[in-house]
Amino acid sequence: MVTRSYQSKFKRMNRRELLKLAPVLALGAFAIPKFRSPFLKTGLTFSDWVSAHIFRNGHLATTFADSELTPFSKFPINGYDVDDPQIDFDKWTLAVDGAVQKPGDYKLAQIQALPKFLQNTRHVCVEGWDVIGRFGGARLSDYLKMIGADLSAKYVTVECADDYYESLDMETALHAQTLLCYEMYDQPLSRAHGAPLRLQIPTKVGYKQAKYLTTLKVTNVLERVGYWEDQGYSEFYGL
Amino acid sequence: MHEAVLEIMSDKGDAITTAVYEHPLVVRLCHWLNAISLFVLAGSGLQIFRAFPSFGPKVPQHVLIDWPKAYAIGGWLGGALQWHLTFMWIYLATGLIYCAYQLFTGHYRQVLFVPKDIRGVWPMVRYYFFFGRKPPVTEAYNSLQKQAYTSAMGLGVMSVLTGLAIWKPVQFSWLAWMMGGFHYARIWHFLVMWAIIAFLFGHLVMVVLHGWNNFVSMLTGWKKNPEYGPR
Repeated sequence: MVTRSYQSKFKRMNRRELLKLAPVLALGAFAIPKFRSPFLKTGLTFSDWVSAHIFRNGHLATTFADSELTPFSKFPINGYDVDDPQIDFDKWTLAVDGAVQKPGDYKLAQIQALPKFLQNTRHVCVEGWDVIGRFGGARLSDYLKMIGADLSAKYVTVECADDYYESLDMETALHAQTLLCYEMYDQPLSRAHGAPLRLQIPTKVGYKQAKYLTTLKVTNVLERVGYWEDQGYSEFYGL
Repeated sequence: MHEAVLEIMSDKGDAITTAVYEHPLVVRLCHWLNAISLFVLAGSGLQIFRAFPSFGPKVPQHVLIDWPKAYAIGGWLGGALQWHLTFMWIYLATGLIYCAYQLFTGHYRQVLFVPKDIRGVWPMVRYYFFFGRKPPVTEAYNSLQKQAYTSAMGLGVMSVLTGLAIWKPVQFSWLAWMMGGFHYARIWHFLVMWAIIAFLFGHLVMVVLHGWNNFVSMLTGWKKNPEYGPR
């Protein structure tokens, strides 16, 4: 259908149509330093919110056959400070505190007395690499029940011998594959890989899986989230 | 809503030219928002890649490409992830809105490549690349353009699916599995990005070659002096 229009009217209409694209300029806010930081934080927080809502407690991470394991010698050693914080294993205990009925210092043997679970799972680093490892330990959920933890609390937080620290949402803490890990490839954890005890969580990114644990707390309040999160990385980072 | 075709007269009353309304506002908004998002996603994606610039083992690490930091967005892995995990939502939203709009208005017919367009592709390729004669212009997009844009949309979908497999390889384990697992999904995501950049290069060349009036149609919606007649 052909209609007539006049040039001046056409020009005005074109100008109006161009102005209707103004919402695109809203993205320009990201170019302004003052707005950039809060906008990016909002984006990251939204991504974490979506991640938390699509996490399913009953859904297991893929497990692998022994033949698919990355050789132990090729399992990277990653730390932020030192590979070996020189723990005295004879004196080591896990100091438990917070919303629990039985706080105090727990020896490794007490954790090893709980049922042991072995799993071959994929370890994904935020950097982008991945390896498949074999891990053994007690379910964190079993340990939380043993210490009489308030399972309706929001978080489990940990501190480490190298002053790394992390926090875990309770839903992930109760997941069947979340382990207090003390074995790797059927051997006791080596010093560099987090001896005597580390978190092993195949539903989380690598940096959540803290090594050389020294303290465990059950809490509803987070003063700080985690070593990397407090520098701007994702707080939930479920896989 | 606009009349599809206008005959534009000078203010004195002489006929000057015709104009066709090619691109509705929703299409234009999605185009530009998506284009900016894609730019940020590619830039921040490359910075993320720099954190482990390899698709092989970590031990020992063999660097595939040492991509310069200056050609990436974010400055460091944490910063790049913030940009990437923010703009991916804008990219996804504009893609979904565009597809829904096209479907529900029937406007997709202008751009979607369908089987009857297959025979028109070769004459167009011959014209653009092998000095063939110019086929008659009968519609807003010729067969080759429809093939290119439809492929680009397919690549857009793949960029989201491969990204989802990397971001959530456990919650979307079936999707990751279809791609060969997390390790391979990361490779596909990288390759899809390069395919999109290849499309982008061709797209920009064509935009330049097809002149100002054509470019303006993606700004105002109206194309002056279209080569095809009124519908």
